[in-house]
Amino acid sequence: MKKIPVWFWQIALLIAIFVIWHLATAPGLIPPIFFDNEHRAAFFFGEPEKIFSAIWLWFTSGEIYPHLWVTLQETVLAFVIGTLLGLAVGLWLGLTPTASAILDPYVKAMNAMPRVILAPIFMVWFGLGIWSKVALGVTLVFFIVFFNVYQGVKEVSPVVLNNARMLGANASQLLRYVYLPSATSWVFSSLHTSVGMAFVGAVVGEYLGSAKGVGYLIHQAEGSFDINTVFAGILVLTVFALLLDFAVTFAENKLLKWRPQQAETETT
Amino acid sequence: MTTALSFTNVTVTFTGKSGGVGYTAVEDTTLNIADGEFVSVVGPTGCGKSTLLNIGAGLLKASSGEVNVFGEPLIGLNAKAGYMFQSESLMPWRSALDNVTAGLQFRGMEASSAREKGEQWLARVGLSGFGNRYPHELSGGMRKRCALAQMLILDPKIMLMDEPFSALDIQTRQLMENELLQLWEEDKKSVLFITHDLEEAISLSDRVIVLAAGPATHPIGEFAIDLPRPRDVAEIRMTPKFLELHAQIWHAMKEEVLKGYAQTRNKVVV
Repeated sequence: MKKIPVWFWQIALLIAIFVIWHLATAPGLIPPIFFDNEHRAAFFFGEPEKIFSAIWLWFTSGEIYPHLWVTLQETVLAFVIGTLLGLAVGLWLGLTPTASAILDPYVKAMNAMPRVILAPIFMVWFGLGIWSKVALGVTLVFFIVFFNVYQGVKEVSPVVLNNARMLGANASQLLRYVYLPSATSWVFSSLHTSVGMAFVGAVVGEYLGSAKGVGYLIHQAEGSFDINTVFAGILVLTVFALLLDFAVTFAENKLLKWRPQQAETETT
Repeated sequence: MTTALSFTNVTVTFTGKSGGVGYTAVEDTTLNIADGEFVSVVGPTGCGKSTLLNIGAGLLKASSGEVNVFGEPLIGLNAKAGYMFQSESLMPWRSALDNVTAGLQFRGMEASSAREKGEQWLARVGLSGFGNRYPHELSGGMRKRCALAQMLILDPKIMLMDEPFSALDIQTRQLMENELLQLWEEDKKSVLFITHDLEEAISLSDRVIVLAAGPATHPIGEFAIDLPRPRDVAEIRMTPKFLELHAQIWHAMKEEVLKGYAQTRNKVVV
């Protein structure tokens, strides 16, 4: 018997979830178990059928594209700026022990602070456009990258470092050819998390106040108790996040090919 | 004959943690390596052999005493020396070829001519066709070859080698030793070779220096190895002359090895 591939079960599970969701919420299909009214379940949990038609309408009318585009822009900008800042500050503090000793409590304090509460301040500073969301995303991404780079610099193999010095590398060459590649590999190891955080920053920022973006769509729908549109927005965001994650995996495989893989044997 | 590398009354004391008493690794050591000479330093594990080598490389500074390179006092890193490390020293994010040409790149050589030279050196150490592999895709022996090429491409006058083959299995090790000797015979660089393996030391060297057990190690014996060259490290081990030298040096070393062993044992017990 041929083995049924994993993706088959993955898709089957997805369909099953939507079927159960539909059965449990469609008014009049099965008698209400928990709620006293057959329309209640649909009110609280939405109906897959209506959710999909909302999504369908978004994409066919083209209404969703500008919103997705804004969210994508915010995510990418937050990721890029946060990563560059984290890389620069991480390298700096990793290589200057005095500065890192002085700034240590501040770094810890800033990291411990729940940074989502900064969103209103950023809105005052940067307005309701994309930059307040980018700023929020940057504060989230920065610390992930920063800590990884800092660790990466601290953990450069002393032997590799001494070897490069004996081969004639000067201070700036050590930075460029030893510290930076070593730190970058740590950045990549946190890539999934930091892209995810940039996305969270963008969506939360939109949700808290904006005129565009998928977060804004969800917020609007919530205002009018349109639970189906809320779920539609959530589904679109989820798929969007999955696609981002695929893109990251792709980039990772391209850029980190020097890394030992977990399994290198061929399987049949 | 000119002296390539000389240590004169060198003492190395590491500062103790939080103002405690320092640890003297090397004490009052005088050692000369002539131009073109292959000198091995043997001694019990942990006696301070590597410290001595790091002093010669300029990676560590001697607490007192003098280090001279071709008559000039050593300041900063020893630019005339190449260093081959005991553990993995290749940059894992660079391919074998890029690792070999790293030193040329640091010196600002044009990329295309560096690559050409790198390919030549890869071929000389038997790695042609492996230039695109990353270190993790190479075997332990291949990584050592790569490190050897990485050092030799810069044509150093002095080679400092810190138990470079100790992590290899015995067959690969003997192959590497033979290849090292072949490369060395081509232009006779000065070599300071650190090892704890007496057989390796005898079969490679012109002179073997025995260090005392640490702390405060210093040379306690010096033996000229007048075995004919070129040598085959696997075969020379069977000759009577080799066995005679081995017995002689081992006799001098034995006590120190036992001392070193007793120390490490006590460390565990205490």
